[in-house]
Amino acid sequence: MYKYNDFDTAFLAERNAQFRAQVERRIDGSLTEDEFKPLRLMNGLYLQLHAYMLRVAIPYGSLNSAQMNTLALLAEKWDKGYGHFTTRQNIQYNWPKLSDVPDMLDALAEVGMHAIQTSGNTIRNVTADHFAGAAADEIEDPRPIAELIRQWSTDHPEFQFMGRKFKIAVGGAAKDRAVLKAHDLAVRVVQNDAGETGYQILIGGGLGRTPMIGKVINDFVPRADLLPYIEAVVSVWNQIGRRDNKYKARIKITVHEHGIDHIRARVDARFALIRPTFLGADQELFSEIKVHFSPPKFRTGSTTPYDTAYKTDPVFRAWADTNLADHRVSDHAIVTISIKKHGATPGDASAEQMRVMATLAADYGYDELRISHEQNVILPHVHKSDLPAIHAKLKQHGLGTANIGLISDIIACPGMDYCALATARSIPVAEQIATRFDDLKLEHDIGHLQIKISGCINACGHHHVGHIGILGLDRAGVENYQITLGGDATWSAAVGERAGPGFAYDEIVPAVERIVDAYLSVRDTAEETFLETYRRVGMSPFKAALYPEAIKKVA
Amino acid sequence: MTVIITDTGFGPDTWTLGYEGDTALDLPSDTDPVQLSERLAAQVQMIRIAFPSFADGRGFTIARHLRLSGYKGHLRATGHLIADQYAMARRSGFDDVEISDELAARQPENQWLARANWQQNDYQARMRGGSPAAA
Repeated sequence: MYKYNDFDTAFLAERNAQFRAQVERRIDGSLTEDEFKPLRLMNGLYLQLHAYMLRVAIPYGSLNSAQMNTLALLAEKWDKGYGHFTTRQNIQYNWPKLSDVPDMLDALAEVGMHAIQTSGNTIRNVTADHFAGAAADEIEDPRPIAELIRQWSTDHPEFQFMGRKFKIAVGGAAKDRAVLKAHDLAVRVVQNDAGETGYQILIGGGLGRTPMIGKVINDFVPRADLLPYIEAVVSVWNQIGRRDNKYKARIKITVHEHGIDHIRARVDARFALIRPTFLGADQELFSEIKVHFSPPKFRTGSTTPYDTAYKTDPVFRAWADTNLADHRVSDHAIVTISIKKHGATPGDASAEQMRVMATLAADYGYDELRISHEQNVILPHVHKSDLPAIHAKLKQHGLGTANIGLISDIIACPGMDYCALATARSIPVAEQIATRFDDLKLEHDIGHLQIKISGCINACGHHHVGHIGILGLDRAGVENYQITLGGDATWSAAVGERAGPGFAYDEIVPAVERIVDAYLSVRDTAEETFLETYRRVGMSPFKAALYPEAIKKVA
Repeated sequence: MTVIITDTGFGPDTWTLGYEGDTALDLPSDTDPVQLSERLAAQVQMIRIAFPSFADGRGFTIARHLRLSGYKGHLRATGHLIADQYAMARRSGFDDVEISDELAARQPENQWLARANWQQNDYQARMRGGSPAAA
């Protein structure tokens, strides 16, 4: 885990002092509301529907127990006792008072955390594979390079007032768990034919109202060229990206309008200018950072307690089957703690739950936790013999739900319950779908099926890349939900196809049920997932199930 | 009238030759710095880049590109910049910032001087081994 050095600590203290002064200058009139807005946004402070919202960064999703306990402290001391984990490895507090925010930031700084560039037209919190450092299929831990990018992008003088936000994700494994192709810029650790490690760079991915899949701009950037290369990309976009229309300002539109070859030529020219300014200090920093991410000394021992519980306790077995993933060390496992209890708000955790997870990490998990873009919490390193004790503790605190990757493990944006931009509710739809399929006792039979829900066209709930995507809109003052099918958030990324006319609020859950019934009746075997079935049979059986009246009319 | 801001605070304009002659350029924020650098005449000693709004950060990229391309003359940011952007302007390669008297009254000298320490706490300098981003 990265530990702040004197530079990081001094930087953050200065930054927090600046923000405290900015709040005072807003109050005394030195700053207009317009001028204050980007300053509070680049420090993570939004104005939501009912109140301010503070979005705290959990860079590349990694944190330790002390940091998790501080997140709990913030929830309890300055908010309503809970926090909301987001799809970009942040945590949001929905009810802070403006005057308390500087104190909240100081409390975060004590454990090396901040809310810098979690919002605004800046380079946002750098995200990464949530199984980083633990996954069996990893080429290289992506976190050291993500930390280097975090430092490089923090307060970058050229990139604080860009045309729009810029999101970077890093992956280092065979499987993509970081939605790389839906980011403005993605860094993928790869090896070339000579066996050297470098980076494949994709740009121009994004969701929102114009979903685009990222394109490769460079197949292999050598290690020492990475920062100047990324800087060249952002610099070119900051210059030529559109500023006349904020919906056309993201780099995906720039790439679409200019073409990837044109952008590549400009980036190469800019890179040639920037590269000589990097004299190797960044590579020395990278070497220092890497040491922080050395794997823990994994303990050895018998896995009998695990094997016994697996054989004798069906509740434990169901949880183990869905919530565990392969660890690079065979007697260890990666535990995903579901923050998707049936009927609860996806991604919301209480202060008490945060403390429980922190304690589990300290007691059993080498003091490490991760937050996933799927809004769950992960204990990346657990010796298998400790799993029964962990499961027992989780169950006591509403954290034992066995549903990772299943239909109730839903990504949902805050929607109209919190967000000023939303046009429809998301959270209650997610809650009702989860409750309905839990009542039917069908979700383990259905298997891997990702539902993603956005409450407006900005697509924070990733609906475009959900196997079943749900987009809530406002149609003449009435909520209306559009369904897309076949989206994919992995390396085989795809934007879902719209099924047809939308559904009213009270029709959307039955509509999802009809899709699932259609899947269960047309799948080849119980092993064929929803997405595989959709790719084999296409839209028509699902359309027939969704719109039986239309079929009748044609017939 | 306007105020010129440097690391020592508010001061008068010391550039007396105006922007009409061939030694100075007055540029909008949508200037293409690539074309500009290619055509830049040797006698240019002053380039002033407009910030029509503090939210338009293209001027930072233009300044940076000019410095990276070897421009050694004076660089001035003018228009609607706020005190919080002073460090960004300096780190991007600007020598000073020019604001209206009205803005100077609302954001007095001490608020700009608070950012005169722009050479400290600079991740970019750290990445580049001590030199600021624009060097």
